[in-house]
Amino acid sequence: MRIPLKWIRDYVDIKFAPEELAEKLTMSGLEVKGIQTIGGTWDKVVIGEVIALNPHPNADRLKLATVDLGTEQVNTVCGAPNIELGQRVTFAHVGARLIDPHTEETVLLKPAKIRGVASEGMVCSEKELGISDIHEGILVLPPEAPIGAPLSAYLADVIFDLDVTPNRPDCLSVIGVAREIAALTGEPLRLPQIHYEELENLIESFASVDIAEPDLCFRYCASLITGIKIALSPSWLQQRLNSCGMRPINNVVDVTNYVMLEYGQPLHAFDYNKLKGRQIIVRRAGNGETITSLDGTKRALNPDILVIADKEEAVAVAGIMGGLDSEVTDKTDTILLESANFNQAAIRRGCSHLQLQSEASIRFDKGLNSELPLLPLKRATQLLLELAGGRAAKGIIDVYPGKSRPKPILLSAQEVKRLSGLEVNVDGILKILKALGFECQEGGPGSLLVSVPYWRSDVKCAADLVEEVVHIIGYEKIPITRLGSPLPQQESKLSPSAQQSNLKEKLRNILTGFGFQEILTYSLISLEKLQKLSPKLELTIPPLKVANPMTREQEYLRTSLRAGLLSTLSHNQKFEQPGIRLFEIGKVFLPPHPPVIASEAKQSQEEKELPQEKEMLCAVLSGPREELSWQADKEPLDFFDAKGVVENLLNQLGLRVSFDIGDDEILFPGREANIIIEDDKVGIVGDVHPRVAQAFELSSAICLMEIDLETVLAKITGIKKYRPIPRFPGVTRDIALVIDEQVSYRKVENIIQSFPLVTEVTLFDLYRGEQIPEGKKSFAIRTIYQSPSHTLTDEEVDQTQEQMLARLHQELGATLRD
Amino acid sequence: MLEQLKDLHAQALDELNKVNSLRELELWRVRHLGKKSSLTKILRSLAALPLEERRNGGAKANEIKRALESSLEEKKKLLQEALLTSPLESQTLDVTLPGRPLPTGRLHPTTQALKEICDVFKNMGFQVIEGPDVEWDYYNFEALNIPQHHPARDMFATLWIDAGIGGKARLLRTHTSPMQIRLMERERPPIRAIVPGRAYRYEATDATHESMFYQVEGLAVDKNITLADLKGTLFDFCRCLFGEERKVRFRCDYFPFVEPGVEVAIGCSACGGAGCRLCGYSGWIEILGAGMVHPDVLARVNIDPEIYSGFAFGLGVERIPMLRYGIDDIRLFYSNDLRFLRQF
Repeated sequence: MRIPLKWIRDYVDIKFAPEELAEKLTMSGLEVKGIQTIGGTWDKVVIGEVIALNPHPNADRLKLATVDLGTEQVNTVCGAPNIELGQRVTFAHVGARLIDPHTEETVLLKPAKIRGVASEGMVCSEKELGISDIHEGILVLPPEAPIGAPLSAYLADVIFDLDVTPNRPDCLSVIGVAREIAALTGEPLRLPQIHYEELENLIESFASVDIAEPDLCFRYCASLITGIKIALSPSWLQQRLNSCGMRPINNVVDVTNYVMLEYGQPLHAFDYNKLKGRQIIVRRAGNGETITSLDGTKRALNPDILVIADKEEAVAVAGIMGGLDSEVTDKTDTILLESANFNQAAIRRGCSHLQLQSEASIRFDKGLNSELPLLPLKRATQLLLELAGGRAAKGIIDVYPGKSRPKPILLSAQEVKRLSGLEVNVDGILKILKALGFECQEGGPGSLLVSVPYWRSDVKCAADLVEEVVHIIGYEKIPITRLGSPLPQQESKLSPSAQQSNLKEKLRNILTGFGFQEILTYSLISLEKLQKLSPKLELTIPPLKVANPMTREQEYLRTSLRAGLLSTLSHNQKFEQPGIRLFEIGKVFLPPHPPVIASEAKQSQEEKELPQEKEMLCAVLSGPREELSWQADKEPLDFFDAKGVVENLLNQLGLRVSFDIGDDEILFPGREANIIIEDDKVGIVGDVHPRVAQAFELSSAICLMEIDLETVLAKITGIKKYRPIPRFPGVTRDIALVIDEQVSYRKVENIIQSFPLVTEVTLFDLYRGEQIPEGKKSFAIRTIYQSPSHTLTDEEVDQTQEQMLARLHQELGATLRD
Repeated sequence: MLEQLKDLHAQALDELNKVNSLRELELWRVRHLGKKSSLTKILRSLAALPLEERRNGGAKANEIKRALESSLEEKKKLLQEALLTSPLESQTLDVTLPGRPLPTGRLHPTTQALKEICDVFKNMGFQVIEGPDVEWDYYNFEALNIPQHHPARDMFATLWIDAGIGGKARLLRTHTSPMQIRLMERERPPIRAIVPGRAYRYEATDATHESMFYQVEGLAVDKNITLADLKGTLFDFCRCLFGEERKVRFRCDYFPFVEPGVEVAIGCSACGGAGCRLCGYSGWIEILGAGMVHPDVLARVNIDPEIYSGFAFGLGVERIPMLRYGIDDIRLFYSNDLRFLRQF
C-alpha cells in the first residue's frame, strides 16, 4: 500500500524525518518496503503560466511557448499535444535534474536549439519530474497553483510503500496508518468531521435492500444522492489518488476510491436509474448466470459467487467488482452508494473462481469489521455533495443481519509480563490501548476490560492485546533472557527420530571420509525418470502424484533416491569430472501400509493414509579409482570398490555384514548382491544395468549401493563391548589353494573361519592362467592363528592347518598349489 | 724405536685424513690398530727389550695407540654425521611433484548449515525431531490458525497431493510448523525441540525462490516462557552463527499461529547496514520468523494457555550459506553441480 505522508499529515502531525518514521513503523510491524521522495530534485523547477503559444517555424508538431514565471518570461519549444494557453505548468530551467523518459536515468537539462529555435528550458511531463509514468503530455497544474513558486513547495511529497500483513486490513488505509503513527509518536489523531444536509424524502422511498444470504453478507449500508453532476475530480483529489497508485476517473468513482483509501472500507456507486425494480438483493449467483464486469470482461458466475443484484440480474460481483451495466457514466444523475460487509471466505472463493482481484477484494478478503461501513459511507456522501453537487436522500439504509456484540477482553499487567517478559503497569497499558482506539474499563485489580474498536477485526484475545501493547512500546525494549525452565526429559517417545538423526550424521561423516560427495536432490521427480530406473521402463512402486505440479520435471514423489543420483552423475560427467563418488541420505515416499508394530497401531486413523516416508542411503561411484596423477591407479572403480564401501561403512557401525546374490532390476544380473545383516536384507550393491545407465546418458560403468536406514537402525544395539587386546603373539601362515571356478570364495573362507584358533583371514591374491589348469583358480590366503591363553607352538599351528586343508580338499576339492 | 713410532703416528694421521667413508675407516683401523698393524707388532716386541727401553718405548707406543683411537672415534663421528646430513644425489626428491591425490568428499552446504544450526540448539537443551514431508491440511494449516479461506493462506503457495479441500487433504508441507502440533499432541510440557526438514512451495523458481528448501522449526513450551526468552534464545543463536559483532533486529511481525509475532533480521554483511541490493536497501536481512505460540494453538492440543506459554520459530536454512559465502542463486543448491558443491 502506497501512503503519501502529505495525506497522513491531515490526521496526525509528524515530527520525525521520513526515515526515522519508517524505522518506527517497520519495527512495530508495518514494514516500510520503500520510501519514494517526490520532488527531491526539483530545485530548478518552478510553476509558470503559458501566456503565448505560436507555431514552430520549422516543425508542424512543435510549438513555441512563452511561459510567465512571475519575475521573468521565458521562451521554450514544446511538443506536447495538450499544451494550451492559460495553463499553469511546470518549467524546468537549464541545469534542472530531470528523468530522461527513455533511459529513465536522471539527467541535467542542457541549453538546446530545437529545429533552429533556442529553448531556455522546458515544460515537463509527470514522468520527467519523476511523479508517475505519464509522458503523453505535460503536467497541467490547477489554476490556483502559484506562479513563480518552486514546484517542490507545491507538489513535493514522500510516499511510503507499506507491506501490510494480512491481519491488519485497517492499515490498508491512510487513517489506519495515521492512527499507528499517532500511537507510536504520542501525537493526537484528527479525524474528518462529517456533516451534510439531507433531503426530506426518506431513502426508503427510493430503494430497498434485501440480504438473501445473511451468512455471506453481514451488513449492507446505502445512501442515495440525486441531481449529481459527473465531472473530473478537483486536482487535489486526483493527485492523492495518483500518489496512491490509482487512476482518477470521475468525481463519483474517485470519491469512492478516495474514501476506501482513507478508511479502508471499499465502496461502490451504482447508477440508480439502471437498477431495475429500484431494488438491491444480495444473493448467490445462479448457475449459468453471467455478468460483464467494469473491466469489460464477460464472466460466468456460479452459486459459490455472491452477487449484488437488482430485481432482474446481477449488477455487481459482491466485494470484488461492479458491473458494466450499472456503471456511473457522464449521464448519471442519481447514484446509490454501497458500503457493505461480506464474509471474507465468500470473497476469496469468488476471487479464486473468477481469477480476479481488486482493491476492494484485497480488503474484504482479509476480513473487515462489520461495524466499519457506516462512517465511510457518510464520509463519501459528504464528499460527493461537496464535489459533485446533488442532494442526499434522508437517512441511510442499514441492513445488518450479522450484528454481534463482541465481549470485552480482560487484560492484566501480569498477563503482559507473563507473555512478553516486559513489566508494564496498568496505566501504561491503558495509555497505549487508548491511543490505538481501544476502550478500557477497570477490570479488577491490575486488570482492564478492553473493548475492541470498530476498525479492528484481528484482536480477539489477551495475547493479541499483549502484542498491541508491546509493539507500541517497541520490541527493542523487551529484555533478553535465557530459557530458565527445566529441560524436558530426554527419555522421550520421539527418541527413535533422534537416533535416526544420529545415524544419518554418522553415515554422512563416514562417507565423506571415504571420498564421497554428499548431494541433496528434489523430492519431486518426473514420471519419465522413475520409469527409466527399470530396464523394462516399468514402475514397481506406484509413486504419489502432486495434483498441481509446477512442471512435469517435478510431478511425482520419489520412491527411491536412485534417479536423483544417476541424473546428478550424468550432469556432472559432462564436465569430465574424473572418478565421481556421490551419495544422498534422504526420504523416499512409499504407498501407505497397514501398521505392523504395536506402537504404530496407536497412531490415528488418518495417519495410515499418509505415504510411508523412509530414510534411505544411496550412493553411486564411477570413473577411475584415483584422480589423474603421475602415479595414479588408472583402473576404473568397480563392484568391489562399492562392496568395500558397504563393508567398511557397516563395520564402522559395529555391524557384521554378509552378501548374497541379488536380483534388483536396476542392477546388472550376475554383478549384484544383497546386503545382509543377521539374515535380513538391508540393501543392495552392484553394477548398474547398462540399459538403465544408457537411459540416464551415463558414459561409463556405474556402481550403485542402497541401504535402508530404518532396517539398519534396528540392527544397531548401540552397545559396543570392549575385548582385551591379545596378550600372546599370533602366527601368520600363507597358503595357495587351487580350486574349481564355480566354488565361491565365501565357502573357502567359511571353512577356514570355522577353526577356533583362526583370528583373521585375508585373501591376498586371485590368480588364473599359467600353471593353473583350465576351469580352476588359485586363492592366496593369509591366515593368522592366535590363542587367548598361550603362545602357539609351530606344532599346534601345523596341526590345525593340516586339518583345515583336509576339510578344504574333502568339501571343496581344493588342493595346495605347488 | 721412538723415531719409528713417531713416523708411524704421522703416517697413520696422514692416511686418516684421506679416509672418506666408514668402510675406508675400517680398513684404516685394521691397518693401524689391528692385530697385524706395525703398532701392535711394536707393542708385542717390547717384551724382548731391556727394562729402560721397554718402559720408554711402551709408554710412547701406548700413548700413540690412545691418540690414534681417539682420532678414529673423531673421524667416525664426522663420517656418520656427514652420512646423515648429506644424502646421496640419487635420494634427492623433486619436491615440487604433486602429492598423491586422495578422494575427497564433502557435506552438502545445506547439511553443513543444518548441523551448525542444530548443534547450537542442542547445546541449549533442544531435542532434534523430524516429521513427515507429506502432511494433512489440518497440521499444515488448520491447527495453526489458518482455516480454509484464511487470507494467510496467500503466504503459502501450496503443492497439493489431493485436489480436494478440507482438513483431510494431503499436501507437501509448506513449512516445518506442522511439527509444532504433532509434538504438542504427543508430548506434555516441558517441551523443547527443533525440527529440521524440507518444505515445499508452489512457486516459480528464480535466484531467490526455490520450490523446495530446508527449514528448522523450534518450539519451547512450559510455564513462564516469555518473549524475552525467545529474544535471548534467538540472539544467542545469531551470535553463534554470525559472530558477536553482528547486529540483530527483533521486530513485530505477523504469523497466524503466534501472538505476539516476531521477525528477526541481522545486519547486512554485504553493505554493513548502509543498504544495498542484497538487503533491498534496508541494511537488514530477515532470517527467521517467530513468536509466542498462539493461545488457540495451545488450547487445540489441550495445553492450557493460561498456565503454559511457549515460543516457536522457523528459520530458512539456505539463507545462512548464501549470506556467508555470497551465493546469489538459491537454485545452485539442489542442482548439485560438483563445481558448486566442491567449494564448501
